[in-house]
Amino acid sequence: MVLELPEDQPSFPDLSRVFPGALRQQRAMADLLGIAAEGCVDQRPWLRHGAWAQGVHPLRRDFPAATPPLEAAADYRFVRVAGEGVHEIPVGPVHAGTIEPGHFRFSVVGERVLRLEQHLGYTHKGIEKRFEGLDLTQGARLAGRVSGDSTVAFAWAFCLAAEGAAAQAAPARAAWLRALALERERVANHLGDLGFLGNDAGLGVGLAHFSRIKEDWLRTNEQVFGHRYLMDFVVPGGVARDLPQPALAVLRAELQTVESQVGRLQALYDEHPGLQDRLVGTGVVSPGLARQLGLCGLAGRASGQGFDLRVQAPAPPYDRLAVRMATATDGDVAARVALRFQEIQESLRLLRDLLPSLPVGPLREEAPRLGDGVLGLGQVEGWRGPVLMALEAGPGGSLRRVHPQDPSWLNWPALEHAIIGNIVPDFPLINKSFNLSYSGVDL
Amino acid sequence: MYPIIRLILDTPAPREAPPEADSSLRTLRQRLGAEVLGSFAGALTIRHVDAGSCNGCELEIHALNNAYYNLEALGMRFVASPRHADLLLVTGPVSAHMRTALLRTFDATPEPKLVVALGDCGCTGGVFGNSYASFGAVSNVIPVDVAVPGCPPSPRALLAGILAAIAPGS
Repeated sequence: MVLELPEDQPSFPDLSRVFPGALRQQRAMADLLGIAAEGCVDQRPWLRHGAWAQGVHPLRRDFPAATPPLEAAADYRFVRVAGEGVHEIPVGPVHAGTIEPGHFRFSVVGERVLRLEQHLGYTHKGIEKRFEGLDLTQGARLAGRVSGDSTVAFAWAFCLAAEGAAAQAAPARAAWLRALALERERVANHLGDLGFLGNDAGLGVGLAHFSRIKEDWLRTNEQVFGHRYLMDFVVPGGVARDLPQPALAVLRAELQTVESQVGRLQALYDEHPGLQDRLVGTGVVSPGLARQLGLCGLAGRASGQGFDLRVQAPAPPYDRLAVRMATATDGDVAARVALRFQEIQESLRLLRDLLPSLPVGPLREEAPRLGDGVLGLGQVEGWRGPVLMALEAGPGGSLRRVHPQDPSWLNWPALEHAIIGNIVPDFPLINKSFNLSYSGVDL
Repeated sequence: MYPIIRLILDTPAPREAPPEADSSLRTLRQRLGAEVLGSFAGALTIRHVDAGSCNGCELEIHALNNAYYNLEALGMRFVASPRHADLLLVTGPVSAHMRTALLRTFDATPEPKLVVALGDCGCTGGVFGNSYASFGAVSNVIPVDVAVPGCPPSPRALLAGILAAIAPGS
């Protein structure tokens, strides 16, 4: 859909009244492009804290990328909760653990949370502006660093957008290898998060074992793909390198080991009353609320939203893999934990199917050549959820505009709801069960 | 309880020897004398600051705590507050919006203190560079003792960098 706007005062009707999930992106658009949502009550800046002045819009063509940042601090108007015994707990942007920066403002009575308001945008580093003028190879490299834990998903979505815009497709062997990488990325992230989820509920042994299994998994990545997190493996036109022959045996053997080790830990998690007591009924997002907010990906599936691009819009090779989607309706931390276990098992099954059926043939074709003004769209189901990349080509096959869309845009607001009525000490657990991206939405 | 004990007994501890300090990663002349560094006696508290990273380096920092690298067995551990820290481990290009938080964290860390910048972004600004929203390298905002390149640097490289920061006379 193309919407033409008047040059002097560009605006469009407020979408957030129909789609509440659109609100933050509307505010981001106003900050970066100066295009306002008409009639929207919340016109506060979202991504602009103080690095550039009000009325200046960095994504406009006449704004030079090399403009030095301002060193101004901006005050943010949080919504205040008043009443007897209500007080605020400000947290961040620098958090107590090794996680990304953001600000959480809790309004509480005693230990009970009445309201959480998030203020993000701290890691805004001008990624969309940075894409301007890059060639496709540089673009794929940058796409793989929008959110480092989802590098395969972003790079693949970017390449699909570019290849689609040039009406070409990666060779079959490349598509298979991309899926192999994507499923390995999914498993790696779930392994890490399941460890932290155990730890956040006091089960340190879970963290110790899951992080050991994850480390083994990453070392296999290094050995087989040449990179622990598979960065720069997916490139425009295909993949960067082939797997060495003995690698297939290594990968196959590993699947069996990991399956049995994870199975043992799953039994431990499932049958640990103390752990389940912390997980069940904590941080609930009901299916109704999830539908209203557009909750997507893993968190959406745990709240009854049965969407997975690998099932509903399968790009090759998923069209031949028949992915079995796991869903739950409880929408609590326990459901999100259970889903992660199920998605690991399903990814291991997919990997087992992928390995023997790797098609022979070329690894990559020449990088697509894009005509000036063509548009491309790519989408991939990353471990968090659907990752979308939209691009517009400029002169000489360069990039004029790239918009990466992380599923966290839609899921962060749901976290504000999930914590209501829970106690403050359960926040890290609830937060980790979503594990949303900061860098991916701060851009 | 029994399955947990069984699990622990069944699993061999995969601990590996730590790497040597890599003094080539040093960016400043040693600011702290051998005497001060000696007083750490190898025991170090670390505060991580994400100043605008893509979250890739954070994954490798997590890995330092796994059984292979076992950071705590070397006498080092991560702390929740800069006021408890000897060393700041800073990732990312410094985004304009994180500059104040980074400066405040640096000021809140008591002297004597060390700073290790992590990853290609921490070293030079990396793929994000300098822009309207990024100050680039960590050393553009606070003094950096050791800079560890890589995208992301491996846990061993990271460890070699941290060890270089506290190795006297390198």
